[in-house]
Amino acid sequence: MSEHNAAGEKDSVTGRHTTGHEWDGLKELNTPLPKWWFWTFVATVVWGIGYAIAYPSVPWINTYFPGVLGYSQRNVVTAEVKALEAQRAGVMQKLKAVPLEEVKKDEALYAVAMTAGRVTFAENCRACHGAGGEGRPGYPALAGDAWIWGGKLADIQQSIVYGIRSGHPEARVSQMPKFGVDGILKAEEIDQVSDYVMTFYKPGAAALPGAAKGQTVYAENCAVCHGDKGEGKRDLGAPALSSSVHLYGDTRAAVRAQIANPKQGVMPAWNARLDEATIRAVTLYVHGLGGGE
Amino acid sequence: MFIKHETIEKNAVLLAVLTTLTIAIGGIVELVPLFTIETTVEKVEGVRPYSPLELAGRDIYVREGCYTCHSQQIRALKDEVERYGHYSLAAESMHDRPFQWGSKRNGPDLARVGGKFSNDWHYAHLTNPQSMVPESLMPRYAFLANREVDPARVARHLRANKTVGTPYTEEQVANVAADLAAQADVNAEPDALAKRYPKAVQVQGDGRRVTEMDALVAYLQVLGTMVDFTNPANEKLQQ
Repeated sequence: MSEHNAAGEKDSVTGRHTTGHEWDGLKELNTPLPKWWFWTFVATVVWGIGYAIAYPSVPWINTYFPGVLGYSQRNVVTAEVKALEAQRAGVMQKLKAVPLEEVKKDEALYAVAMTAGRVTFAENCRACHGAGGEGRPGYPALAGDAWIWGGKLADIQQSIVYGIRSGHPEARVSQMPKFGVDGILKAEEIDQVSDYVMTFYKPGAAALPGAAKGQTVYAENCAVCHGDKGEGKRDLGAPALSSSVHLYGDTRAAVRAQIANPKQGVMPAWNARLDEATIRAVTLYVHGLGGGE
Repeated sequence: MFIKHETIEKNAVLLAVLTTLTIAIGGIVELVPLFTIETTVEKVEGVRPYSPLELAGRDIYVREGCYTCHSQQIRALKDEVERYGHYSLAAESMHDRPFQWGSKRNGPDLARVGGKFSNDWHYAHLTNPQSMVPESLMPRYAFLANREVDPARVARHLRANKTVGTPYTEEQVANVAADLAAQADVNAEPDALAKRYPKAVQVQGDGRRVTEMDALVAYLQVLGTMVDFTNPANEKLQQ
């Protein structure tokens, strides 16, 4: 196949040495790797060996070689988070210690609380309650005054910490009976009371066919929680019906559906996910959205 | 003392032997870590195999390619831990075949989405994401509510997972249909399910049939909730 040409035969056309390899009369030119390429390659090999010694690399049978630097990303992040907590500790401790009502008097503290609250709200609350706390059908508006469980700082805090029907023992729970599904009221009674409920907030609804009869049904079944005039009872979590803001919609169909087979929204308890100071911050933020009392 | 190139090229047996040896080195480097993979999974309490409904939901998660936009891995970086919670552990996806870590975040990371939102929210959001988050890019998955989950298929999948090493008990294998139905119906008796699959979240199915939407919500609601990080036993993680 080839004859080694120790003398370094030169190719007459290019003037380069050949390797001495010859195939059917064709001779291979000796073209070594560029020097820069070769030394870069050597450097990466050396770097690779150094890296494998310095950092976690080779797996052993039951563990792995941890590297002489003892580097661990988990330790790094744990230390970073601790440092962050230490950095925030002063102001967060203060936020925990100062009564919620008085945070606003301390401008610097209030600014921190609003910033922390805004960030926390965006990550955790916005998906249900909307970016500005405007609410969604089934998810109460936080920027308005139609509070179901109360709009004072302590009320809001309580809702956030334990949630609504979250399964937490301290959670706020209200149970609207399923008047239709469970057969508590007849279909025509539900029609009548739906008409009557609409008179609370809809001008001209008094003319609806069932409005008059519905008043009796309402008084017997609904008034105990929602109040004689549909003003609602916050300690029971019974929403005001006289308000123009209705959680599941203010059309007659929506009202009827909510009586016949009511939806019961759930808000998670946030005390497992957020720490106390953060919850206080987001409480202040929600309170400041426009509806706080 | 090197063998000359020419000798190797002219000797087919020697060439075959040396080629095999060279490839074997590459193979060993790739294979050996897999034999020691057990040692990379932390010992933590609470991680359990998926319940039948969660397993079905996971299949739908894979089928619909959720992983192409959502990761399920909170990296050990400060900003991620700040936003999503404790960084993900290998143990948390040890029953995933294959894992759903993903590498793209068009949407948020879902590793700890379990319990963050209500069941109702997930149903509404999957049906029409923009109704909940107007700026969302997510497509609608309303059709999932019209597709039923086949219990026999879930049972087969669960048994197959057991065959390849997922530690399902005989009791769990025997009760697939019952657990599937119980978890999909919020009005069903939860005790047997909760005993076999702690922290399984009952979802809002209508109790008559089990839909793919029910399954997907059940799966999303368990993500990242199995390990209790307030438990001191889990504090020092072996790795």
